[in-house]
Amino acid sequence: MAPEDDSAADAALLADLRGVLGDRARDNDFERGLYSRDGSIEGSSPAIVCLPASAGEVAQIVRICRQHRRPFLARGSGTGLAGGAVPVGRPVVVATSKMDRIVEIDTANRIAWVEPGVLNLDLSRALAPQGFHFAPDPSSQQVCSIGGNIANNSGGPHCLAYGVTTAHIAALEVVLPSGETTVFGGLDAEPPGFDLRGLFVGSEGTMGIATKAAVRLTPNAPAVRTLLLDFDDVSEGSAAVSAIIAAGLVPSALEMMDRRAIEIVEAFAHAGYPTGAAAVLLVELDGLPGGVDAGVGIVREVAQRHHVGHVRVAADDAERALLWKGRKNAFGAVARIKPDYYLHDTVVPRSRLTEVLSKVYRIADAYGLIAVNVFHAGDGNLHPILAFDRREPGVDERVKAAGRDIVAASVEAGGVLSGEHGIGLEKRDYMGMLFSAHDMYTQDVVRETFDPDGLANPLKIIPTGSRCSDSFHQHVPEGAWV
Amino acid sequence: MSAQSSGGSAPPSGGASTGSPDGGASLAANIAAEVTAFAREVGSSDPVTVVGARTHWDVGGTPLAGTREVRAPAGVWEHEPSEMTVRCGAGTTVAELSAHLARTGQIVPLDPADDAATVGGVLACGFSGHRRLRYGHVRDLVLQTRHVDASGKVVTAGGPTVKNVSGYDLARLLVGSLGTLGLLAEVILRTLPVPAATQWLAGDGDPFAAFDLLYRPSSILWDGRRTWILLEGDPTDVASEAAKLESAGFGPCDGPPTIPELGRESRTPSGLRELAGTPGGWIAEVGIGLVHRDEPVQAAPVSSTNAALMAQIKQRLDPQNRLNPGRRTW
Repeated sequence: MAPEDDSAADAALLADLRGVLGDRARDNDFERGLYSRDGSIEGSSPAIVCLPASAGEVAQIVRICRQHRRPFLARGSGTGLAGGAVPVGRPVVVATSKMDRIVEIDTANRIAWVEPGVLNLDLSRALAPQGFHFAPDPSSQQVCSIGGNIANNSGGPHCLAYGVTTAHIAALEVVLPSGETTVFGGLDAEPPGFDLRGLFVGSEGTMGIATKAAVRLTPNAPAVRTLLLDFDDVSEGSAAVSAIIAAGLVPSALEMMDRRAIEIVEAFAHAGYPTGAAAVLLVELDGLPGGVDAGVGIVREVAQRHHVGHVRVAADDAERALLWKGRKNAFGAVARIKPDYYLHDTVVPRSRLTEVLSKVYRIADAYGLIAVNVFHAGDGNLHPILAFDRREPGVDERVKAAGRDIVAASVEAGGVLSGEHGIGLEKRDYMGMLFSAHDMYTQDVVRETFDPDGLANPLKIIPTGSRCSDSFHQHVPEGAWV
Repeated sequence: MSAQSSGGSAPPSGGASTGSPDGGASLAANIAAEVTAFAREVGSSDPVTVVGARTHWDVGGTPLAGTREVRAPAGVWEHEPSEMTVRCGAGTTVAELSAHLARTGQIVPLDPADDAATVGGVLACGFSGHRRLRYGHVRDLVLQTRHVDASGKVVTAGGPTVKNVSGYDLARLLVGSLGTLGLLAEVILRTLPVPAATQWLAGDGDPFAAFDLLYRPSSILWDGRRTWILLEGDPTDVASEAAKLESAGFGPCDGPPTIPELGRESRTPSGLRELAGTPGGWIAEVGIGLVHRDEPVQAAPVSSTNAALMAQIKQRLDPQNRLNPGRRTW
């Protein structure tokens, strides 16, 4: 791999990339700066940024990178929160923003072929006239790309009922780290061989670059009801979550916000969230009208048993949209408390929500940080937000330490490292909390099959030293948080 | 295998879930002991195959002569209804799992034709049942796997929670791999509530039009002439969807036809239309593209690039080719 300051190597690489891309291969400081970070809290500069417009160009970029033994890293909208798109090892960033075509909508097979740069919400909007949508709906869905969703196996509030991204990808066209182009999966019922498609989804760009995807179309539900429940006590709210699920309901979404979240969201969205409540649940039920109405009845009954304050049922689409506006913009609204925030993502069994939440508050207190909780309670997917001011000296270290403690508390409670954001750099070194050395070795053996030279988004997911014959001895640039 | 000799109800399989921390600790120890015993039995040198219920023994070929047979642990080990998850030995039969879950009104829609099949067998084949249209592929029901690899070591993939993206998704790689990459010892699966109402209808109406008419039907089976449709859900919804079908030429019936099992032909959903007018002996899953035939079906070819990748994965994970030699998935 190229040394840190090998400008001659960078220049030779740039010349070759320009031969394919012209001025869409760039090395100016401004753009290298733009692509140095994602939604996580640290960054590191790439050598060159490429803006390919086709799968063919992506394949040529990968082949050139191989010739120069230079790492490459695909990037969608850069909204990832685990550092998966932070450039490490002076790589070539392959930004997919110009590959943003919806190639085909095939309602007979209920799929759409899309390029990776298509934005999540743009896809659902394009499908709406035909009565379909793309089910994964991360909070960032207005800006995040389908390619990023695939890389991270992204979730979202409505994945409770519909499943995360992998359940919605039928086939993928992929440029492998070898430079070859192939298709994993298929539109047919049982593509033969191992499920390489399932392996690729969530591999965070370490097994190649997806250049086209066949995404499954989910029919829009005929009926939707959205309820807002408030509680004086967080533990009653959490208990209601478990009770709703135990009653045999699978809401399409079941979200929780704590007191601080309610306050900041209300100040921003003016959605009529009950400020002063200890917790609110935002519950959405969809499907055919009979089941939805019956579900509303069950939710009310369960909520009463858990001493709900008010049950507000959105009267119309406008009110529904308003309630969701609060939820989906909660993270940005944190700026009302502190200028910076660090958003976590762990999963715990639903029955342990109350316990782990109180640990989160204690951890934040211990490090002098403010914790705000807005999360997918229905699947136990916590999203503690640590609000802080980066200008405070030493605060970064406290934020990271608190994050580590939160992950540890979640795993101790029978949970996992990440529900939907991925591992990236952020949680790479926490993998050992969940997996044995042999588990990680096995994962790395499989990864290495795709990328024996370690050029595809290196140093992500698997901690260094997982292999006896460790190929990862590269220097991690200063400033990269690993 | 001790779990087998005790009828699949070895110590951990007794209780649904454990309340006390001590119970949890001893349960975990018992499960670990079962998995470890299985790993020891698999060993690290000679060719081995896992025997489930032999309901799909020759899928992908049969094990080479001289391959030693082992059995995976059996028993439903943990079921927490409010978590909607269940943990069981891979050698558990689908019948035992279903009976256990039925007590709390839950299902795991694996739906093999013969519920003597084991959970591990269904997942190793990667064969979804006739309700895939509503519940998705069986691989999407798998949360965590624990398998024994070619070196006789236990590998955990995935995680115990209903949502998880920690690490590479090796669990999905194992589903459908016919035990050629690792032998499933234990799985944690997602459960679902039993639908409040269920109704089969049959008729001569157009299955493709019926699919477009309905909101998330559970199954649409078609033999070229007749169509069978399964509706599940809230009773009022099932009734109203059934009413729509009745005006399209369908009427209530007792259940689905017998699904032929000798061959599975993989088509696209729209590719099923080409079957109209072809000779019988098949049942197609409309909306999915699967055709069940009463004769073996040649597997579709895979690209040379994918074949090379698959061969390398196999070679790296099982260099001696000792896991289910004689079977292949492509």
